[in-house]
Amino acid sequence: MAIKFFLLVNIRGKTRLSQYYESVPFDERPTMESEIIRKCLSRTENQCSFLEFKDYKVVYRKYASLFFIVAVDASENELAILELIHNYVEILDCCFEDVIMFNLDKAHFVLDEMISNGDVIECSKQQILEFVNLLYKQES
Amino acid sequence: MSIKLRDLIKTVRSCKTAAEERAQIAKESAQIRTAMKEEDVESRQRNVAKLLYIHMLGYATQFGQMECLKLIVSPSYADKRIGYLGLMLLLDEKQEVLLLATNCIRGDFVNPNQFIVGVALCAFGNICSSMMARDCSLDIEQLFPHSNPYIRKKAALCAIRVLRKVPDLIENYIPKIKALLSERNHGVILTALTLIIEICEMDSQQIVHFKKMVPQLVRILKSLTSSGYLPEHDIGGVTDPFLQVKILRLLRILGHNDPESSDLMNDILAQVATNTDSTKNVGNAILYECVQTIMSIESENGLKVMAINILGRFLLNRDNNIRYVALNTLSRVVNTDIQAVQRHRNTIVECLKDPDVSIRCRALDLIYSLVTESNIRVLVRELLNFLLIADAQFKSELVAKLCIVTEKYAPNKRWQIDTILRVMSIAGNFIPDEVPSNLIQLISSTPELSSYAVQKLYLALKQDITQQPLTQVGLWCIGEYGDLLVADKSQLPKDEEGLAINVTEQNVIDLVDSIFKHATTTQSTRQYSLTSLAKLSSRFSQNSLLRVKSMIDFYKQNINLELQQRACEYSTLFDFDKKASILDRMPPIEKQEVESPLQTKQIPTQTPPTPHQQQPPSQQQNQQSGGFGSLLDGLDSPTTSSQNASNGQKPQNAMSLLEDIFGPSPVAQTSPQQNMNQMNNNFMNMNMNANTNTTNTNNNNNNNSGTALLDLMSGIMPTPSPQQSQPQSQPQTLSPNSGGGLLQPVPQPLSFPAFQKHGLEISYECTKPQPNNLSLTNINMIITNTGPSPITNFSLQAAVPKYLKIQLLAPSSTTIPPNGSGEVTQFSKVLNSQQGQKPILLRVKLDFQINGQAYSEVTDTPLPSLF
Repeated sequence: MAIKFFLLVNIRGKTRLSQYYESVPFDERPTMESEIIRKCLSRTENQCSFLEFKDYKVVYRKYASLFFIVAVDASENELAILELIHNYVEILDCCFEDVIMFNLDKAHFVLDEMISNGDVIECSKQQILEFVNLLYKQES
Repeated sequence: MSIKLRDLIKTVRSCKTAAEERAQIAKESAQIRTAMKEEDVESRQRNVAKLLYIHMLGYATQFGQMECLKLIVSPSYADKRIGYLGLMLLLDEKQEVLLLATNCIRGDFVNPNQFIVGVALCAFGNICSSMMARDCSLDIEQLFPHSNPYIRKKAALCAIRVLRKVPDLIENYIPKIKALLSERNHGVILTALTLIIEICEMDSQQIVHFKKMVPQLVRILKSLTSSGYLPEHDIGGVTDPFLQVKILRLLRILGHNDPESSDLMNDILAQVATNTDSTKNVGNAILYECVQTIMSIESENGLKVMAINILGRFLLNRDNNIRYVALNTLSRVVNTDIQAVQRHRNTIVECLKDPDVSIRCRALDLIYSLVTESNIRVLVRELLNFLLIADAQFKSELVAKLCIVTEKYAPNKRWQIDTILRVMSIAGNFIPDEVPSNLIQLISSTPELSSYAVQKLYLALKQDITQQPLTQVGLWCIGEYGDLLVADKSQLPKDEEGLAINVTEQNVIDLVDSIFKHATTTQSTRQYSLTSLAKLSSRFSQNSLLRVKSMIDFYKQNINLELQQRACEYSTLFDFDKKASILDRMPPIEKQEVESPLQTKQIPTQTPPTPHQQQPPSQQQNQQSGGFGSLLDGLDSPTTSSQNASNGQKPQNAMSLLEDIFGPSPVAQTSPQQNMNQMNNNFMNMNMNANTNTTNTNNNNNNNSGTALLDLMSGIMPTPSPQQSQPQSQPQTLSPNSGGGLLQPVPQPLSFPAFQKHGLEISYECTKPQPNNLSLTNINMIITNTGPSPITNFSLQAAVPKYLKIQLLAPSSTTIPPNGSGEVTQFSKVLNSQQGQKPILLRVKLDFQINGQAYSEVTDTPLPSLF
């Protein structure tokens, strides 16, 4: 399995979105998340965006005050994961102007359209947006 | 009606302290629980949405799991969507509640609304358990030819989940995949490729099914690279990079070790490698994947050179991410083409100076694998320079690697000594424990360099005595080679480094004195100092002797027991006439082939032990004693013969564990060895006799065999053996392993000598008191005295490894009459928690007096593995 989990954490260390594709016990998650974000925060801009954490390789990218953190297995293409994060951010950007927290379920929905079970399903921005818009219509 | 989610989020965000937040969440959770109890359908969706938020903050939300199930059975899409989201987030595959959702999910798979099928598939793909996977596999298969590509791509990913959970379903999916690949929709192709890769990685025998797809894959890749701008799939100016990366990865799997398939790929790989735009991250992601593929398939040499050069270009890139992957990939391919990688050595060494620790670690790993005999001097010089500036967390790893390569590739011993000394003086406190002792061993086994080494160490200590390992090695050498250090070197030819320093005895003692007094010196270094001084006393002139004595005397009152004891012992030694020979130079220390943690890379090649079953029963007894012998070998040296290596290893560990209990006793190294070897011989003899006996009894088929065995063990078997009551099954009971039955045989009572010294003789009588509980062993220790004088104040203590429990009763007497005129017994029971896997090991400590003189002995005795 490629992607183990996907996290959004703000620079104050608060988790804003978390999706696990590998079974991690609920009670271990907060500690692990805060450990990872602490590592990310301790790194400077000119350090590379990868770090090794336990058995995972963590790829992260910072946008404004949010860290997008993806844990993958060692064989994964890190550069492609960076691109995937960027793709997700661009789609979120098109979907809502509001703070992500108020749209938690939609942020999840977009993510689920992109990644399922740790693998990429779709990366065409156009297709995902089309679909999300259809969905909004259906709900309202 | 409860507050809106939006308001909850606002309230929580406005909380000033963590305690306030907790209180707020607790209050809200209570309200949600109440609403749940009242079956409040209206607010159900909102409550689950709130729970998702609370869950994200890291609070417990398990109580909401049932609510998610209630939402997914609702016909409304909005309810289902939140319900499935809750299912994915609040549950995981381990929850049994999940099974209740199975039927509903299966129903939703065939819902006419594609969105509902979509969310159901998504939830299934993320959390299904192996039980669900088996139940729903057929439903997923049926979705493969669905008319809607949106459903098809999700179904393909769900198939991956199913196969991960239930790998034996692979065969069902293989015929269905091919159709997915001829799609136009990129999402479907992408997921189909993921599925194929997953199958290939799961079961390499399936790879052959996909080999014929190579031309098709090449075609898709070609159309992606040559297509112009496609707005639908454009990412950073490249057409669907994710799909390209996936295809490259699958080609890597299909072309591995397959020259025919690899031939078909050469062209397209060359095309991707040359045409991809490397100015942006997205292009580099493809190049990175392409390089990996080129390096692992049977590609043309020209292509391989091109790939390494791409990595070389990556190394010069200013983006740290690119350099990181370059170093990572180079480490992976270094074995394929070391020459090509060597060309980029300087760039790689430069990466050691990078401010980013991840880059430095990768670079170090790579350099470590690049070291050879021919370049070790250059690379080690670079590494040493780097060691000077490396930060603490990095030093220990670097030092460990330096020590390994130095030991492995050193051009000569002098260089090796120099390098290790340099490492120790730069970062002495970071070196692994075995390095100082290895260095001492090296110096001691190279007599021609001892003068050189001791001078070097002396100079190093003059500069810095705060690095404990360096100081300890220095002290050892000064003690050992003090005479060489102060010798008049004017006659000797000066070597190129001008190492012919003139040192007086006074200087040397001053140095040791300063080490004693330095604040950072540890107690164990002080112990080294004392020993060093003691040795110097026999190497230096009479003038220095007084000073040495007074320094040692000073420690006779030291508060540290170990120091005090050493000081007392050494000062007594001075009055002893054989002092000189005791303090003589040690013979060269032989290199111990102990598998050090540093050398874990060398995996010992073990030939599998010969199969027991093929041996005739009569040899099995020998097998038994062979096992016992190897057990003893294991004590002797860890390099047992490969056949018995696996047997020998365990007891050794167990013994070293025992070593910890009583401390390493000198006895444990010498006399028990002989003792036990002897004992082993006895035991072997006994077995051999038993074998002949077995054959005899088989031939004669008489009832005496039990008695014959009793004769053999004359008088040492007080209890009659069980086979006497059932003479019919003798052959089986006699050789416990020959029966081949499932039941473990009850070992026969056994007696053997365990200790013999100063006239004191101890033998063990071992019995299994309960045939149905083999883990319990009774050991009756019979103590006799063959000496002329009585043994008094006898006490016997026993220690066992952790997996054993021992109960030791008091001896029948503390006095043992002389000339074997009477015996004392002491009874013990041992419970083995790992019966059949680990043998019983006893370490026995004996204290006794003969004619008023006290003796103390320690002996190790393993019981035969049978017990």
